[in-house]
Amino acid sequence: MLNINNNSSRLKKEILVRIARLQFEGKLADGVHNIPRELAPPNGTPIRCCMYHDREIIRHRVIARLGCGLEDYDDEKRLSEYAEAALNREKPVGPVLTVLDLACNSCVRSHFMVTNACQACLARPCLVNCGKKAIEIKNGRACIDSEKCVSCGLCLQNCPYHAIIKIPVPCEEACPVGAIAKGENGREHIDYDKCISCGNCMRECPFGAMIDKSQLVDVIKHMMADKKVVALYAPAAAAQFRIEPGRLDGALLAAGFSNVVEVALGADITASKEAAEFAERMEKGEKMMTTSCCPAYVRAVREHVPELLSCVSDTRTPMHYAAEIAKREFPDCVTVFIGPCLAKRREGLDDDLVDYVISIEELGALFVARGIDVTKAAPVPGKKIPTPEGRNFAKSGGVAQAVKAFLKDTSILKEAIIDGLDKAGMKRLAEFGKINAGTLPRTDDTPNLIEVMACQGGCIAGPSVITNPKVALSQLTKYAESGVRAS
Amino acid sequence: MKKHTVNICTGTTCFVMGGSELLLLDELLPDDLKDVIEIKGSPCIGICKNADYGKAQADHAPFVQIDGEVVDEASIQKVVDHLRRLNA
Repeated sequence: MLNINNNSSRLKKEILVRIARLQFEGKLADGVHNIPRELAPPNGTPIRCCMYHDREIIRHRVIARLGCGLEDYDDEKRLSEYAEAALNREKPVGPVLTVLDLACNSCVRSHFMVTNACQACLARPCLVNCGKKAIEIKNGRACIDSEKCVSCGLCLQNCPYHAIIKIPVPCEEACPVGAIAKGENGREHIDYDKCISCGNCMRECPFGAMIDKSQLVDVIKHMMADKKVVALYAPAAAAQFRIEPGRLDGALLAAGFSNVVEVALGADITASKEAAEFAERMEKGEKMMTTSCCPAYVRAVREHVPELLSCVSDTRTPMHYAAEIAKREFPDCVTVFIGPCLAKRREGLDDDLVDYVISIEELGALFVARGIDVTKAAPVPGKKIPTPEGRNFAKSGGVAQAVKAFLKDTSILKEAIIDGLDKAGMKRLAEFGKINAGTLPRTDDTPNLIEVMACQGGCIAGPSVITNPKVALSQLTKYAESGVRAS
Repeated sequence: MKKHTVNICTGTTCFVMGGSELLLLDELLPDDLKDVIEIKGSPCIGICKNADYGKAQADHAPFVQIDGEVVDEASIQKVVDHLRRLNA
């Protein structure tokens, strides 16, 4: 797994900071064309063949950060024109994720390769262990016949010299649902019917070629027009910073939001409704229910495990309930969900109460552009403090725990956690689907409440976090502990 | 022997631009350096706003000070390399 702070994620944030700064100065359309030159300067060391190539790719990145689609990229159109289009846009548009063709490395198809560490030894465990007879020794080295090879990896596991390596395609490898494949030009292509917007590919592509469409420009535009812009911050957003509760609220107000609602309050509503729904379903004789707060998971069920669809809770997500609170308390406001999740951006496009969704990276860029130090912001705690359980929604296991806390009779509960929808997670999900469809037997150990989070570790490990999930977990724990227990 | 002081800026600009990773420095420090340094976290040390620093300051966050000397675009590896040089 790529670490969170790498040159690709840094570049993303540098572009966002520059866009936000220009916009606050009222110079977005005038100054945006300078960004590629600033980030690929004449005296720098180019990443690609030359600075002109770098600049052209950055130009594409800027377009995506402006929230414009790369699908209908127009070579003739200036960045200033894209900026104008972004500033005049009424509503954000999908798809939330796209491939930046120019940045895509067109990685060679995933394969096993024999390196020159091969000694063509006497034992030849690669050859002996290959069930497909895909290996022969030629010119003093093992050779893999790609026609016969089925990528089982036995040769790699058995070579005493570590001479055989696997060359993966990182985005394809990261995608749990097989939604990414090579197009005719060798570049990657997303099948949006299969894609669950988990954001794994975006996090794992070493070339930063999987790119999300930002909505930050839209949010700043409303701030500058003095609209009531309400920040709905997810518990995973709070867990990014090492600060006392309330400071993030203060920093958000200083950054230009008019009001702040903790999404953990929405999580409390989700948990209480989900607990009631669970009790009711079990009473009706249903055997299984799953959580529904992770939109990547819900999409995974819809597109890939339809046998499980009837089990997905009908309760809405914390984001939805938090937006409901905001729209009720602050009529005519613009709601902005802030979290580390790409799938939420897609969920936001379909939820009338959620106007915009921005990532943690975008929130960070907003703070940097405005020169706000979160650690020094005056604490402005909300009027109502969520429960520890509501705040713990951001970690794996937290949602099941919260449902349990709101359940009157916990003896009926047998929970299971699917921590992360990687390929193994999808397999487990498919098994539960089969159990529900009756094609696999139900046993005494079969759970009746299944919590699923697409990101391993929970939302604190989402694709757009800025803090290592391990650190975020300890910060989340502190944040949760200061919650107020439901009486 | 006097210990080297590593002062990590935890101001938001540094934190957002990659400084969050430096919170793991303590954990990821190679054994040979463990006893010769002292790690401190500090509120914003102000380099991002200091025009005298030269280059476009905020663009070179995150910042770390090692015995008072500023390391820009700091990563764990960069800090370790710097400490190795000092300790050589």
